[in-house]
Amino acid sequence: MNSVNVLILRAPGTNRDEETAAAFQQAGASTRLATINEVATASFRFSDSQVLVFPGGFAYGDDLGAGRVLASELNLKLRADMQPFIDRGGLVLGICNGFQTLVKAGILPGPMSKGQTVTLTNNDSGRFECRWVYLTANPSSKCVFTAGIRTIYVPVAHGEGKLVADPAVVASLDVALYYTGAEGNRNPGYPHNPNGSTKDIAGITDSTGRVFGLMPHPEDHIRESQHPRWTRGEATKESLGSSIYQNAVNWVKKI
Amino acid sequence: MIYSIEVCLKDGQPDPRGSGVARGIHDLGIHKKDISVGVSDFYWLDGTLTPKELDSIARELLVDPITQEFNCSPLQNNDTPEAHNITVTYNPGVTDPVEETLMKALADMGLSTVHSARTAQRYHIKGPLDQGELDIICARLLVNPIIQRVVKETPKAFAESPRYTFKLKHVDLLGSVDEELVRIGREYSLNRAEISAVKAFYAGLERNPTDAEMETLGQTWSEHCVHKTFRGNFEFEGQNITNLLKSTIMRATRELSPPWCLSVFKDNAGVVDFDGDWAVCFKVETHNHPSAIEPYGGAATGLGGVVRDVMGTGLGAKPIANTDVFCFGPPDFDFNRLPPGVLHPRRVFKGVRAGVADYGNRLGIPTVNGAILFDERYTANPLVFCGTVGIMPKQMSQQGKQKPGDKVVLAGGRTGRDGIHGVTFASEQLTRDSTELSFTSVQIGNAIVEKKVIDGLLKARDKKLFSRITDCGGGGLSSAVGEMAEETGVKVYLDRVPLKYAGLSYSEIWISESQERMLMAVPPANVEELLQIFADEGAEATVIGEFTDDRRLHLYFNDHTVCDLEMGFLHGGRPEMNMVAEWKKPLHPEPEIAQKGDFNEVLLGLLSAWNVCSKEWVIRQYDHEVQGASVLKPLVGETEEGPGDAAIVKPVATSARGLIIGCGINTRYGDIDPYWMAASAIDEALRQVIAVGGSLRHTALLDNFCWGNVKDRQSLGALVKASRACYDMSIAFKTPFISGKDSLNNEFEQDGKRISIPHTLLISAMAVMDDAGKAVSMDFKKAGNLIYILGATYDEMGGSEYLARMGYIGNKSPMVNFAASRKLMEDLSGATSRRLVRSCHDLSEGGLGVALSEMAFAGNLGAEVSLGAVPQGEIADRDDVLLFSESNSRFLVEIEPGNREEFEITMHGNIFAVIGSVNTSDVLRVEGLNGETIISLPLRALKESWQKPLRW
Repeated sequence: MNSVNVLILRAPGTNRDEETAAAFQQAGASTRLATINEVATASFRFSDSQVLVFPGGFAYGDDLGAGRVLASELNLKLRADMQPFIDRGGLVLGICNGFQTLVKAGILPGPMSKGQTVTLTNNDSGRFECRWVYLTANPSSKCVFTAGIRTIYVPVAHGEGKLVADPAVVASLDVALYYTGAEGNRNPGYPHNPNGSTKDIAGITDSTGRVFGLMPHPEDHIRESQHPRWTRGEATKESLGSSIYQNAVNWVKKI
Repeated sequence: MIYSIEVCLKDGQPDPRGSGVARGIHDLGIHKKDISVGVSDFYWLDGTLTPKELDSIARELLVDPITQEFNCSPLQNNDTPEAHNITVTYNPGVTDPVEETLMKALADMGLSTVHSARTAQRYHIKGPLDQGELDIICARLLVNPIIQRVVKETPKAFAESPRYTFKLKHVDLLGSVDEELVRIGREYSLNRAEISAVKAFYAGLERNPTDAEMETLGQTWSEHCVHKTFRGNFEFEGQNITNLLKSTIMRATRELSPPWCLSVFKDNAGVVDFDGDWAVCFKVETHNHPSAIEPYGGAATGLGGVVRDVMGTGLGAKPIANTDVFCFGPPDFDFNRLPPGVLHPRRVFKGVRAGVADYGNRLGIPTVNGAILFDERYTANPLVFCGTVGIMPKQMSQQGKQKPGDKVVLAGGRTGRDGIHGVTFASEQLTRDSTELSFTSVQIGNAIVEKKVIDGLLKARDKKLFSRITDCGGGGLSSAVGEMAEETGVKVYLDRVPLKYAGLSYSEIWISESQERMLMAVPPANVEELLQIFADEGAEATVIGEFTDDRRLHLYFNDHTVCDLEMGFLHGGRPEMNMVAEWKKPLHPEPEIAQKGDFNEVLLGLLSAWNVCSKEWVIRQYDHEVQGASVLKPLVGETEEGPGDAAIVKPVATSARGLIIGCGINTRYGDIDPYWMAASAIDEALRQVIAVGGSLRHTALLDNFCWGNVKDRQSLGALVKASRACYDMSIAFKTPFISGKDSLNNEFEQDGKRISIPHTLLISAMAVMDDAGKAVSMDFKKAGNLIYILGATYDEMGGSEYLARMGYIGNKSPMVNFAASRKLMEDLSGATSRRLVRSCHDLSEGGLGVALSEMAFAGNLGAEVSLGAVPQGEIADRDDVLLFSESNSRFLVEIEPGNREEFEITMHGNIFAVIGSVNTSDVLRVEGLNGETIISLPLRALKESWQKPLRW
């Protein structure tokens, strides 16, 4: 397949949609931004796209809980389209608010029939925090977005990013990304784990490996000049977040 | 009927909101053991619902099944001596964004049987508290009576909005004389000369004005809208000054007129060229009085307002960065000394911070730069400056022009009673009654509505669907429509303006300052497409009138004419103000400070001073990464905790150019001399730009004056002196002013005594740098590198942090040597552009001692310097002067030994010296003039002192 089409779904309060588009474009994809209203009423639905993205932001102001209202809207307006899209091999990415939405809509960790089994709740600090974190990919995860990645350095910017679930559910999760120290070391503690997330989980995937959600923002580190310590000569290609988007594009091209 | 749903956390789930309240109780001085707080949310729904529907609303919308549970019991009062419940809800008429979202979500679910919703928060406080303590907790922590109240049970019914019956009102000017006329004038914030001019005008028309006409004149002629004091005529020291603003700040820009200034002092923000294809604009606003009354809402709407200024500049700019500068009373201010009706500085600080962060974060605009100052005199009059930078295609940088026949389209939020008379309130003195009198001046913001408007208007702009745009800010429609239609004329049908609730009169609609509204002129052929774009974004847009060619302001309400006013009089009929200003230099006690041998304690104390200490607690709660453009972030260094000077963003990904944003403010110098205070603020803003790698060549300035009572001659004299410094500095450094704003009469009256804020001038700087890849951060980079100080240190301790710590102001504040300072800045720019500079930090509050400490702990590298090598402008030969003087135009610079010669050649002709070097130790060591060690401190002690005060 030659062209990779990425549909980025916007809702009132969405942000980082343009950076997400830029990250996919850098990886060679074509991107389209559309509001939920446009998609729910338009005829094109998801059919032209191979990748569906729920970007970051504050959909509906996070009133009633982060991602909550959008998740409800998604279930009411687009649920019928989501499962077939995933079944025929589509990729779904939820970043930050998008991750919260996928989790609250029961799409992650899935299956959708089970409803919501995981949540992302208030950071342990009780505050919104913007800081850079090291993310290390789990090599045994099925996630197609994180394949071959070691450790990347990207910002978080959220107040509700702590993953919480019943211990049995946590044990069954396919964790794609962990918050770690700079060298990939586990159990790094605060502030490396910026929100107190269970087992330092930063991102999870579903049983197909094609639906992926994460709290941090790889799209905000696609150029070395975005690294907070580039003036100290510490920016490296390996630490860029671009690889997440490149993996998605490469995967679609291969099939 | 009204249904209740209470959502609580499940047992064992951590409750950060509750812990926050518990911390707040502790901060109030209530230090009882075993106090714990839990918070739950109440949702009250008015309508008809089956139990099943109620259950599904809770499950599908309100409850997170993993962490929360719910019940549908009505609120009951079940307090015990050990367990207290306080339930807080918004007052009727205050719009809660959550209600709006909830109603939308219910509509999505197909539940049209719910008419309205309210929310409340319930605080479950456990612990041995008596009623007096609970009252204090309510009053000082949980409830702001301006917008909230405590309820004991589920409301029986929601208050209904009263109906409005049309009745045209006239104001009897023609029959009023003398004191009665002056009283009417005061009602519309018009002074004696102004109300007389209005009366004369209407006498000529042989009729009385309508109330809407009076409101229009009052708003349009207000200090906030026309800056009549600043544009007035002054008699000062035997000279006559015609239009202070035009003859100083604006004159400098006119004389400099650089080609890259595209639109200055005429649009909602000043616009400069970025790279030939794009233009950038910058505006800084204040929202002081509303923030004093309701810190969260006041600050949030302050930010919302300045963002709209940028959206309404040219043909619409995209906001790309926010700045914020706050001035508060000290957070440790004694509760017992707090004037009645005044909120404690800590509460104001926390509320303002949260308001700005919540609003800015929700808009997806990074907050990149700012400052926070503390002074007791800000306790009753906090200052909240919010700035926004925007970008637009260069060909859209000029204000648009509408044609007669173009439609007037109002987009965004609905209109309610929010902020009525906010403009006139903004220019008036606060008293202890202000909190009760002025509640309609408090505006409640909804960031998501503004985000929808931004997204819609940028789409509409790119399709060229509107011919002109402006924001609805102070004065609401009356100012926005009145200004936009000055050259044409306009008809507005006020009954077509969408309302939040019924009951508003036509003049309330006309002057309401409801948030998140933009006004556009739209050619008739484009109206349909434009409305559809906003609808797709979920934003409301409505045609409310059309532009005419008769240069009159016509307002209608259901076919009744309620205003018919000549634009010529509205915009040209205001009599100028004539004022007498004077200035007498105050004499402060001369400090007597013994020479000391050890400055360890002093340095640690200065690092912990409120004005110096780390603001990381604030910065991290702002999203400074969104939009992905940051090049130099607010926190820099090895662990990303050091205080960066200016911020740099790279707004156009395909261009190498960067945009630098910095600021300068230091009010203490103004207690000695407002001229040098202003000059110092400009010097500081420019230092920040230069320190990160900018140059003076493409740097624009903004001024924000916050002044005391301008009926006071001395205060006016200070205004004249500061304005003159702005002119002199602008010309000397060839850095034009592009926009500015003033907020006057910031004083508080208590028991007949007036407490004025210190005269405060914020200078913001925006500079374009050719190559953002040449940015320099302030953290030390490598052991073995040389440390230079650039610029001479003078015995200018007046207004310094050092003297303040000793309880003095002093009489000699820092001055600026224009020629030497400009050459030094230009040459340092040359050195950074040749990549000779490894790190650079400007010297400001706390002088050399503080700057050196910050560079060392930010880079996690030790340093050893000798004061004997520091060039002295005049021989004071005191270690404390060299360490803590705040002389202007100085930098610390780190240079690799191999670049020493090239750097020194570049800096030839300036005053500079090597004072030491960077090392791998974890100690900062300073050798005094007599060769002995006067400072020797581990980096972690320095950093801890600096971080500790605001580690909330």
